[in-house]
Amino acid sequence: MSSVVKDTHHEDHPSGIMRWITTTNHKDIGTLYLWFAMIMFFIGGLMALVIRSELFQPGLQFVDPQFFNSMTTMHALVMIFGVVMPAFTGLANWMIPIMIGGPDMALPRMNNWSFWIMPFAFSMLLSTLWMDGGAPAGGWTLYPPLSLQTGDAFPFLIFAIHFMGLSSIMGAINIVATILNMRAPGMTLMKMPLFVWTWLITAFLLIAVMPVLAGGVTMLLTDKFFGTSFFNAAGGGDPVMFQHIFWFFGHPEVYILILPSFGVVSAIIPTFARKPLFGYSSMVYATASIAFLSFIVWAHHMFTVGMPLAGEVFFMFATMLIAVPTGVKVFNWVTTMWKGAMTFETPMLFAIGFIIMFTIGGFSGLMLAITPADFQYHDTYFVVAHFHYVLVPGSIFAIMAACYFWLPKWTGNMYPETLGKIHFWLSTFFVNLTFFPMHFVGLAGMPRRIPDYSLQFADYNMIASIGAFGFGFAQLIFLYIIIKTIRGGVKATDKVWEGSEGLEWTLPSPPPYHSFNTPPVIK
Amino acid sequence: MRYLNKFLVFVMVSFTTLTANAGWLDLNMPQGVTDISQEVFGLHMLILWICVAIGVVVFGAMFWSILMHRKSKGVKPATFHESTSLEFLWTIVPFVILIGMAIPATKTLIKMYDHSDSEIHIKITGYQWLWGYEYLNTDVSFYSKLSTPYDEIYNKKEKNINYLQEVDNQLVVPINKKIRFLLTSNDVLHAWWVPDLALKKDAIPGFINEMSVVINEPGIYRGRCAELCGRHHGFMPIVIKAVAEDEYDEWLANAGKDNASGLAKINK
Repeated sequence: MSSVVKDTHHEDHPSGIMRWITTTNHKDIGTLYLWFAMIMFFIGGLMALVIRSELFQPGLQFVDPQFFNSMTTMHALVMIFGVVMPAFTGLANWMIPIMIGGPDMALPRMNNWSFWIMPFAFSMLLSTLWMDGGAPAGGWTLYPPLSLQTGDAFPFLIFAIHFMGLSSIMGAINIVATILNMRAPGMTLMKMPLFVWTWLITAFLLIAVMPVLAGGVTMLLTDKFFGTSFFNAAGGGDPVMFQHIFWFFGHPEVYILILPSFGVVSAIIPTFARKPLFGYSSMVYATASIAFLSFIVWAHHMFTVGMPLAGEVFFMFATMLIAVPTGVKVFNWVTTMWKGAMTFETPMLFAIGFIIMFTIGGFSGLMLAITPADFQYHDTYFVVAHFHYVLVPGSIFAIMAACYFWLPKWTGNMYPETLGKIHFWLSTFFVNLTFFPMHFVGLAGMPRRIPDYSLQFADYNMIASIGAFGFGFAQLIFLYIIIKTIRGGVKATDKVWEGSEGLEWTLPSPPPYHSFNTPPVIK
Repeated sequence: MRYLNKFLVFVMVSFTTLTANAGWLDLNMPQGVTDISQEVFGLHMLILWICVAIGVVVFGAMFWSILMHRKSKGVKPATFHESTSLEFLWTIVPFVILIGMAIPATKTLIKMYDHSDSEIHIKITGYQWLWGYEYLNTDVSFYSKLSTPYDEIYNKKEKNINYLQEVDNQLVVPINKKIRFLLTSNDVLHAWWVPDLALKKDAIPGFINEMSVVINEPGIYRGRCAELCGRHHGFMPIVIKAVAEDEYDEWLANAGKDNASGLAKINK
């Protein structure tokens, strides 16, 4: 190989569709992940609107109850595995190599593979909508025996989950390898931005629990097709065992969905407060504590399965304990804002919205931890309100904040600020209109996952449905802003924001195809 | 801590009286008709008010900061970014609050797990999609399923006030007696939930779960299946009729006679 070829082949890449199929570039793959998440966001959102249409009024108006159950199941699977996880992986791909001063991800070919599995996994999952027996309708939690009543869709569901798991594990391995090996000289672990830290911890969570889910769903598969009885009491198995396995995955999964948001918010708040992040090291330790605790609280999703008293008490205490490190994070963010010189551009608005509404979701989480009260809350709309507060104005708002924050860096163009603010205020208004009333109907006795309800719940369901449509349409503004910014706009400076700190702001906007071919000097 | 608890109970009680008059309680958890359900309601309100108090402090500081510490007011940003004593403080204080919360919760939980001295034993079986009730040690057993007509569900007739929360055969139980429910399922998971009794537990095929209750007031209490169980999950309500003891004895004697009550017997 001649030295000339060696010097240039990195900058040389195919154009058109082949650029995206064959790419091993972290920015291209990050973009692919983010667009994939965007498409899935609208697909999952449409499913949510089917749910909210049917629940607009009492009575069955639009869909069969079985299809309704498919919608709740698929909405959850698409939003969790198809939106929040890929969006954060996309952000990680784009930002982590830049933030640590590396040239690219450590394992670029595997990076390509981890992304390109996803469209196949989701084609498989979404194709079940047209199968005999309908799409999976047993809830995203897949509890047997009900999930074993799924029709032709069942093996497709299981293999789709296997593929998503494979993709996540490879993505996580890549992120760990990148963070541990690709840092610029002088970039010690305790100098890394919190987004990198939270993703490092998230990646370990993913590696730890995705195989557990894969094992659990494989046992479902063999129960259904190969005569095993892991979860069949008549054959000596135990249906509750699946719930333990599922939630041993499922609870760390909850933190997989939220820890990277903590990293995003910890980047945005100091930038617009023009003041360093308060308590950096305590933020790192709090993240690690949350990750550790996430492994020993899983059965708080199962308080009503009939665990022994000692089990209930242990999981109640452990769950309440999570409030401590989470509280530390919130206090640190507020103290970061304290005596800063704040401005309120769109990313800052979304970050502040995140802190407030995520904390509201955290409060209802604390309420849910109280076992005797949880007997009343469990499987009601109170729970639906709780986890949507931490996932929508939590994770999704953080993803949007990140998009507005780094979009000028990615594209080289500023997004339209006024439109961004309109998007924020509409989203915030409608997200609360949708999910706040759900607390009330849940407390008043409305179970989740029902297509029809008795009359006392009618008013608040109608309000929630109006909110859901408003929120859905507000997201079209987001899509419009992104496309418009990619196509052009006011040129962004390298630093983009007045208060920005970190390696990503030392590169041009947009950054070169390979970020740091020579490592930057870390002060 | 004791004063804090007393204060919180005071706040809680005054709020409850206030809202009861305003009729806002429809938005809240029902207080219910058992000693335990009252305690659960108390715990719910206690933790809610603790959260509100923390929220007021944290969000208060935040909004103060948002209003006062803006660049447009010409403030110069401070540079502090660390304080071990602050970090220590806001680790310890929430921890202490949590302990204050965990103690009453554990006490209530222990009471909920005490099924001793039960006098009446009823086995509940979940089916897709109805409930089976068996009064153990008697001849009485029957199925209980939704009685709302399909025309109401499919919007062909006006919905009655008990739409989707009415059944053909109500579960009749006496007040002031400890009743133990044994819970299982014939097919998939179900969960038997009556908010007024603060009872919710999963019905699991192959396993038997246990819960007990003493109902203080006669009345009709309505509940629902709370665990996704398939197509008609939303259509398997629970209706309990709590009556005085002599009325219950009379009902039980009649229900035990063959064909006397029109109740379909299970496995007979």
